[in-house]
Amino acid sequence: MHALLTVARPLGLIAMVMSLFHLLPLGVSLAYRDGAEFAFIFSMALNCAVGYLVWVTTRRHQRELTPRDGILLVVLAWCGGAAFATLPLLLAIPGLSFTDAYFETMSGLTTTGATVLSNLDVIEPSINIWRGLLEWLGGMGLIVLAVAILPLLGVGGRQIFRAETPGPMKDEKLTPRITETAKGLWVVYGMISLACVIAYGLAGMSWFDATMHMFSTMSLGGFSSHDASFGFWNSPAIEAVAIVFMLIASVNFGTHFLVFKARSAAPYRHDPEAGWCVLVILASCVGIAAYLLAMGAYPDFWTALRFASFNVVSIASTTGYANTDYNLWPIFAPMWMLFLGSFASCSGSTGGGIKMIRARLLYIQVYREFVKLVHPSAVTPAKLGGHVIENKVIFAVLAFMFIYICSIVTMTLVLMLSGLDVVTAFSATVASINNTGPGLNQVGPSTTYSALSDFQTWVLTFAMLLGRLELFTLLIVFMPVFWRK
Amino acid sequence: MKIVILGAGQVGSSVAENLVSEANDITVVDTNAERLRKLQDRFDLRTVTGNAAHPAILAQAGAADADMLLAVTQSDETNMVACKLAATMFNIPTKIARIRSADYLSHQEIFAPQNFAVDLSICPEQVLTDYIVKLLEFPEALQVLEFAGGKVSLVAMRAFHGGPLVGHELQYLRQHMPQIDTRVAAIFRHDSPIIPEGKTVIEADDEVFFIAATGNIRGVMRELRRMDKPVKRVMIGGGGNIGRRLAKAIENKYEVKIIEFNKAGAERLAAELDKTLVLAGDVTDEELLEAENVGEMDVYCALTNDDENNIMSSLLAKRMGARKVIALINRGSYVNLVQAGQIDIAISPAQATIGTLLAHVRRGDCVAVHSLRRGAAEALELVAHGDAKSSKVVGRRVEEIDLPKGTTIGAIVRRHERGGGREGDGKTAYDHEVIIAHHDTIIEPDDHVIVFVVNKRMVSKIEKLFQVDVSFV
Repeated sequence: MHALLTVARPLGLIAMVMSLFHLLPLGVSLAYRDGAEFAFIFSMALNCAVGYLVWVTTRRHQRELTPRDGILLVVLAWCGGAAFATLPLLLAIPGLSFTDAYFETMSGLTTTGATVLSNLDVIEPSINIWRGLLEWLGGMGLIVLAVAILPLLGVGGRQIFRAETPGPMKDEKLTPRITETAKGLWVVYGMISLACVIAYGLAGMSWFDATMHMFSTMSLGGFSSHDASFGFWNSPAIEAVAIVFMLIASVNFGTHFLVFKARSAAPYRHDPEAGWCVLVILASCVGIAAYLLAMGAYPDFWTALRFASFNVVSIASTTGYANTDYNLWPIFAPMWMLFLGSFASCSGSTGGGIKMIRARLLYIQVYREFVKLVHPSAVTPAKLGGHVIENKVIFAVLAFMFIYICSIVTMTLVLMLSGLDVVTAFSATVASINNTGPGLNQVGPSTTYSALSDFQTWVLTFAMLLGRLELFTLLIVFMPVFWRK
Repeated sequence: MKIVILGAGQVGSSVAENLVSEANDITVVDTNAERLRKLQDRFDLRTVTGNAAHPAILAQAGAADADMLLAVTQSDETNMVACKLAATMFNIPTKIARIRSADYLSHQEIFAPQNFAVDLSICPEQVLTDYIVKLLEFPEALQVLEFAGGKVSLVAMRAFHGGPLVGHELQYLRQHMPQIDTRVAAIFRHDSPIIPEGKTVIEADDEVFFIAATGNIRGVMRELRRMDKPVKRVMIGGGGNIGRRLAKAIENKYEVKIIEFNKAGAERLAAELDKTLVLAGDVTDEELLEAENVGEMDVYCALTNDDENNIMSSLLAKRMGARKVIALINRGSYVNLVQAGQIDIAISPAQATIGTLLAHVRRGDCVAVHSLRRGAAEALELVAHGDAKSSKVVGRRVEEIDLPKGTTIGAIVRRHERGGGREGDGKTAYDHEVIIAHHDTIIEPDDHVIVFVVNKRMVSKIEKLFQVDVSFV
């Protein structure tokens, strides 16, 4: 109980900050006269009041946060944030159940981008901008989560580079203090976001759409203000802009920060993930394009390449945009895209999945085992980017992998038990746990998650949060050991 | 010459041994009195016990009137401080320090006179590593030594049956390879030197020293024996200072395996090396060598700091089928025992590294010295100064020079100003011409002359020969 009181105070603060962010959709609502202004004013007032009350009443419980408090804070921030954020939706959209609204906001805050809403083109613009904003804020919170909180848990994968700092990566610990680091990262996030809006605007989007899509591109979320997603514009220029910024957002923002600070591209080269991430994704684009051409899905290579690259980058980076119904492609292509989404993006980015660094560590570990079989006396430390990775990190990654796979299997089975077909159940689980968004079949890019039952919706809501908080962070809260004094 | 040596470890002791034999006044400083006593028992030198970086100790060692300071303790920092003290307090003209850390070496400015005042930094481990790297490059050679910045090489190799030149007179070489100019500097048959002449016949098992432009040496080697396949797989026994450096230097070129006994040491090695396979184990463990296919290795190098282990391990490797084995052996008596037997090449670290120091001890303008055949012979690179009047070598034909018996002038490297250089930019570009010495070659001023001396006792005569006679000026 004491721990709850301690984290209540920062939670109150977060609620007050959230209320500030209501100003943007409120402004949009007033500008477009879409009639949702009351919903936002009410929600804003409630956020502010509740936040202030909590903040004031827990004044006496202020103390330094321990790692355990940090975990609790993160879990409650995401759960509570999603709950509060449902208010405008519930008030502005008649007939929307709390289950669906919570799914929608959780999908936003976890930057998943799966939606239960249809008729997005006619929905209030302020609601659309609110959805986008949730994703953008989720991405922002996530960057700090990855930089500051996960390393405390020892599961982030990145903390291995923090202790030792020889060679070209000596700036890896970005600044000495977490708050300074967070500020620096937000500045970089903000600046790239600004560039993204301008690029979208210049490529032909309306400035409203540009802002809305910048929000979901930078956070690798995938919400769109159109039912047809990027198919609405059918413009290669806009798609190219989206591809570039999705790739940028799938690279560690810490690395972007270093590049920004050092004014040289060297940190990208020394980053153990960035190169692999971009390489794997781009190679897949070409490969899928060739496959689609061979299967006769498109008449010529350039068309195939255009559709393949946009959708592959979108799904592999766990964004979830689509410019065509790739559900109709031969099953290998969308499956491969979903698979990429589970590992292609970098740690410290806004993408989901197990992250490239864990994938590389797993590969290195497998290779070590092979070497050990052939040369029993060999000494083979796991090395990544010239650094020796301690065995305990490898163990953490293996445990992470085990839970990841168990979670996918369990939830797929639960969804099948509740009546979904295997492809829908599996793809929905994978798309949710990786924070991708659209799955296949019933939850494919051309449909929404609204057809699912309440139970199935809650399972997937849980899956999104689970994936977003990198499994351990969420699961540990359910462990008795966490609550023991 | 009065020389103060700091540090009586392996390097210090062997340097002292070499310099004592050349009639120098040596004082050795070390913190270990026991080591100093042993040294004093064996050689005619003075010892001082104490910290080599303390002014009082240096003064006691006679730094005030010393001509040279050799700081070769284990610690880079001690060596650097000692050089600084020697410069500030005692005005010693030549200060040589052993510096091992690559970090220091990459910032040469810290050795400048106003900073640490190190005139020459040496790293014996690096010299030894370079030496072995050369041997891997030319697996048929016993020794490959470079002069004049690598333009000329002196190669020692054993002649084998089947080499086109074996069983023929030396002058046949000229007819056989008219396009390649080389000079056989010496031949050792059953460990005694033969001065090569045109009519000398090369026999199998002769140890032949020849000098040629570096680009030509492979061609000459082909005359003396059948060439082996180039080296592909290398196994290194012992991951100490030398093993580690060697592995790092060659891991991108060959397939390298390295065996290290110390578990923690093996882990450090594995962290530092990228492509090398690091094995934890004993270099004399037959099962380990067998499991790691030592029989398939082109070269096995035993480089631990223990002579007996190196000998045993390389004998084992040879018996198990390694094509060529190299062993690092510190004790001179062991070297004589095993060289040319089962072990293909025995390297004496002291001999391999002493040359760098000797070049500075020699009188006359000596650029490089290489110690050969366990220190019995020597090859020197000297600069011929002066003119026909003041010098005994300049302006004379090789046959006219009054060389002591058993010395050969092998090659001359001549510097030409490159035409077409911009005027007045202060920098002159030079072309270097390698001339293989023949009886009628005339030596010009400032030529670098490479001299081969079969017996070290003749070195002082050579030095005198190359000194400019002051009375003529």
